[in-house]
Amino acid sequence: MTVTIKRAPKARFNWGKIATYVIVILVSLTMLAPFVWMLSASLKLNRDVFAFPIEWIPSEPRWRNYVDIWSKIPLGLFVYNTAKLTVIVTVLQLLTSSFAAYAFAKLRFPYRNALFLAYIATIAMPWQVYMVPQFLMMREFGLNNTHLALICLQAFTAFGVFLMRQFYMSIPDELCEAARIDGMSEYGIWRRIMLPLSMPALSTLTIFTFVNTWNDFLGPLIYLTRTELKTIQIGIRMFISQYSAEYGLIMAASVVALIPVLIVFLALQRFFVEGIASTGLKG
Amino acid sequence: MTAARAVAPKTTAPKSIVPKTAVTKRQRKRREMLVAYSFIAPNFIGFAVFTLGPILFAFALAFMHWDGSNPIEFAGLENFWKLFEDRAFKSAFWNTIVYTIFVVPLTLVCSLGLAILLNQKIFGRNFFRTIAFFPYVASLVAVAVVWNMLFNPDFGPVNMALYNMGIDPSDLPGWAADRDWAMVTIIMFSIWKSMGYFMVIYLAGLQGISAELYEAADIDGANSWQKFWRITLPQLGPTTFFVSVMLTIQSFKVFDQIFLITQGGPGTSTLVLVYHIYNEAFISWDLGYSSMVALVLFVLVLTITIVQFRLTEERD
Repeated sequence: MTVTIKRAPKARFNWGKIATYVIVILVSLTMLAPFVWMLSASLKLNRDVFAFPIEWIPSEPRWRNYVDIWSKIPLGLFVYNTAKLTVIVTVLQLLTSSFAAYAFAKLRFPYRNALFLAYIATIAMPWQVYMVPQFLMMREFGLNNTHLALICLQAFTAFGVFLMRQFYMSIPDELCEAARIDGMSEYGIWRRIMLPLSMPALSTLTIFTFVNTWNDFLGPLIYLTRTELKTIQIGIRMFISQYSAEYGLIMAASVVALIPVLIVFLALQRFFVEGIASTGLKG
Repeated sequence: MTAARAVAPKTTAPKSIVPKTAVTKRQRKRREMLVAYSFIAPNFIGFAVFTLGPILFAFALAFMHWDGSNPIEFAGLENFWKLFEDRAFKSAFWNTIVYTIFVVPLTLVCSLGLAILLNQKIFGRNFFRTIAFFPYVASLVAVAVVWNMLFNPDFGPVNMALYNMGIDPSDLPGWAADRDWAMVTIIMFSIWKSMGYFMVIYLAGLQGISAELYEAADIDGANSWQKFWRITLPQLGPTTFFVSVMLTIQSFKVFDQIFLITQGGPGTSTLVLVYHIYNEAFISWDLGYSSMVALVLFVLVLTITIVQFRLTEERD
């Protein structure tokens, strides 16, 4: 009796394991294939890009593509512009969101729910709904063709406040009460207690903000028409329109654009599942 | 903060008949309030000026005629009636619905399935999770170019492979260039791009299920299939609900991939609501009508959000 009980799950276990591996590997290949194709095409001459069957590892890798992209368009400047925008937006977003979220989660004040509702109501609001009035307003302010316009646009989002507030709600109020009795100011509680405890939420918000700002193309497309202000996503689009047949170069520029996001994601991903679990983003 | 200190003593002048303890209590309340507002102000001012303001402006514009340069004229409901005569709006509306109907359930099933597989103790689990999430963080501009190349009807590797599998060249799908296949191409792309994100949300949900439930089921001799239907799925109820609402909202807002892959074409086969808003605003400069379409979209999305909040409240 005991033997059969022990054996049955083991036999199923092995069969299931194999099926699991097969499916997981197939899905991973589907996920990865476009990126491998991108990397492979970035090292090819134009005429070899569509050769079939696909030569995944080019026999004569053309490293020149990675040299040429920097001189054909001002890619270095675009990378600098994007990095500058992304870092400023991410820092502002983290600071102001966690600051506001602390008040919404732990302090009592008049109109708290009404103000929070104003944030919530806009989360479901597609940006495209108000991007036109926003653009006209920025033009009035004289911010058209400035990086400041994009910073103002992206640094104060409802999503950031919502995410941080959900996380702070899960931190017990007693912790703040104890600190208050010890004479700590609210600013001290935010800095010394809340911030250190909210690493998972801060990492999650960093990934989202960094990725969204770095990858944003519609914002820069509308606001930045002067070449010296443009970002890397617009740069790739420039490659596509100017050198529409230069697939190798387009792919090389795309690889360059992916690297920073990959680094940030890999550095912070260990907090990521925890961050999503604890911020109520899972419902 | 400083304002609180400067203003408070004046309002509680010594002549007040209110007992002193009550005054200091009110004073303290006022101070607490100002501290709270100082926390919110940096974000809220930016949010109010750059998001809330433009939203209200957009709503007002829906009842106006404006081309962005000439004076604004009041239009009443003219923009609203125009919706019913606009054939592009009709196709945009239906295309958005079709896109949503396919993307929501398919993404849901794929991400749940993958999350369950990657929640098991398998070798290289974190590696596979990272790979599945990668399309979500990758630049849409770059990935869309690759997608267009892979699915190029004439010499893309996908059609090459199909051709080598014996499919007649005239039967090969035209993907983004073909009226009947363009929406399919967009839907496939969207699922590929976002399923990793929802997989992470499901992973978080799966980790919240108590292991004791499975142990009890093991003792009762339940098989994996029974465990999935009787424990996993019901326990994931709130997560599934959240994911489907997020997916629905996101699907109604779809724009970027269409802009980059099909530009709404061929014809109006992939024209969606947000694309119509964009065209009416930045191509036709009919800002009033564009805002009216935006208002329709907002009402649709808001309805879904309200339903979500109601149901969440009932659950709690």
